[in-house]
Amino acid sequence: MRRYAYFPGCSAETVSASYHLSAVETGAKLGVEFKEIEDWNCCGATPYSNIDELLAQSLCARNLAIAERDKLDVVAPCSACFKNLYHTNEHLKTDADLAEHMNFALEADDLHYSGSVGVHHLIHVFVRDVGLDAIRKKVTHPLKGLKVAPYYGCQLVRPDRHDGFDAAGPRYFEDLLSAIGAEPVAYPYRLRCCGASQMIANRRAALTMVADLLRTAAQVKADVIATTCPLCQLNLECYQGDVNREFGAEYRIPVLYFTQLMGLAMGIGQKKLGIGTELIPPKAVLECVARKPAAAEASKRAKASQS
Amino acid sequence: MQTATYRKPTFADEISNEMYATGTRGLNCCIQCATCSAVCPAVAFMDHTPRRLIGMINAGMRDEVLASNTYWTCASCYACSDQCPKGIKPSELMYVLKRYSVWKNRYRSDLVGPEFSRLFVRTIMRTGKSYEPGYAPAFIFEGGVQGMFREMQFGMKLLAKGRIPLLPSRIKRVDNFRRMLSRIVPLEGIE
Repeated sequence: MRRYAYFPGCSAETVSASYHLSAVETGAKLGVEFKEIEDWNCCGATPYSNIDELLAQSLCARNLAIAERDKLDVVAPCSACFKNLYHTNEHLKTDADLAEHMNFALEADDLHYSGSVGVHHLIHVFVRDVGLDAIRKKVTHPLKGLKVAPYYGCQLVRPDRHDGFDAAGPRYFEDLLSAIGAEPVAYPYRLRCCGASQMIANRRAALTMVADLLRTAAQVKADVIATTCPLCQLNLECYQGDVNREFGAEYRIPVLYFTQLMGLAMGIGQKKLGIGTELIPPKAVLECVARKPAAAEASKRAKASQS
Repeated sequence: MQTATYRKPTFADEISNEMYATGTRGLNCCIQCATCSAVCPAVAFMDHTPRRLIGMINAGMRDEVLASNTYWTCASCYACSDQCPKGIKPSELMYVLKRYSVWKNRYRSDLVGPEFSRLFVRTIMRTGKSYEPGYAPAFIFEGGVQGMFREMQFGMKLLAKGRIPLLPSRIKRVDNFRRMLSRIVPLEGIE
């Protein structure tokens, strides 16, 4: 059993509860235990860095310090949380003055961080630590024929990464989708921004960015867009109606978390994966899953009659 | 007393020094190649492209830079930082300028970004966690009453799907948490 300190992030309690559920369920199926960081706090997202950098670092430092008490590496499902925690960790490990300053602040909560934990994104734990072979072995309902756009987004791959998962031509999301039987499409905007919190601050800009992503996903005939981040999911799915209104378009492209697709392929029930809370029902995906057992039966029968 | 050799830091010095502190090269290295502008997905909504903004800073055009919407339009996607051939991180520059304009209280009043950021920071300071419906007041700046109404409709849709809780959540040790933050900045200055 692999164990990690799990940082759900604020959106796991609100808009992306389905990501949280499906992460824990698929993790359990693959022998991974996520121990929620005790009394974790918000990572600061981007607004904290807009106001004060040290303040932003201190938020992440507290979470890292709590995880360190359990001697566990940190896993974050949200790309923005991951980016913040990853970079604060890097800074604290390399900047002794910063670490001293942060530890002075952490004393107020009886905490201390010595820089001994690693920080990973959920998808990296699955593709690197668990491995594609182990995932393939658990697939009971391969998502055959399902065209999935692997949307990496920004903060999963950028900036300044030293863990081998940078923005230079990543393939692991595609490989993961292939491992669960789906067909990853060549999605040209897979590393392009969803607009993030500009959906609040500068709506027109963010809607235009989402429209670009939806248009290219439609061009490559994706049945569904797979994401690794709650903000990407929110912008791409929940604001699709706004994009349609603003640009006179008629997109109806479902957007699911990669963990939901993995879960379905491993035969986990829809409810357990939080499916049903979408504004755009993922019909093509569910039809594909419903079709599979019957098809598998048939091929088994065919094989049996041949021998 | 010899003071003649002292040169007051220029605006470009101030900004570059802030950038050094975040671990990026200063703007004096910029060769104006415009890679940052070319890869920026939000550039069409900026009044000055990132390349031009860097040129303006180096030219000491402080007032024009502070009147710009460019850095508050940055979505922090880091494409520019990833691609800059000179190792400058323009996305860090955008953060530096956001902070600078907030410190100096010189940001444009028609922008939602600064108010939203402040609201966000205050929310976390009080509860330790983020709560989306709490940011609704920021929408009034952007879309007026109509904008607020549109956002409420949007919220209702998510509420119906169980994706928005009625009450904000908070961490257990809020008092310790606030004491921790007050060791970084005086909370009175922010709340």
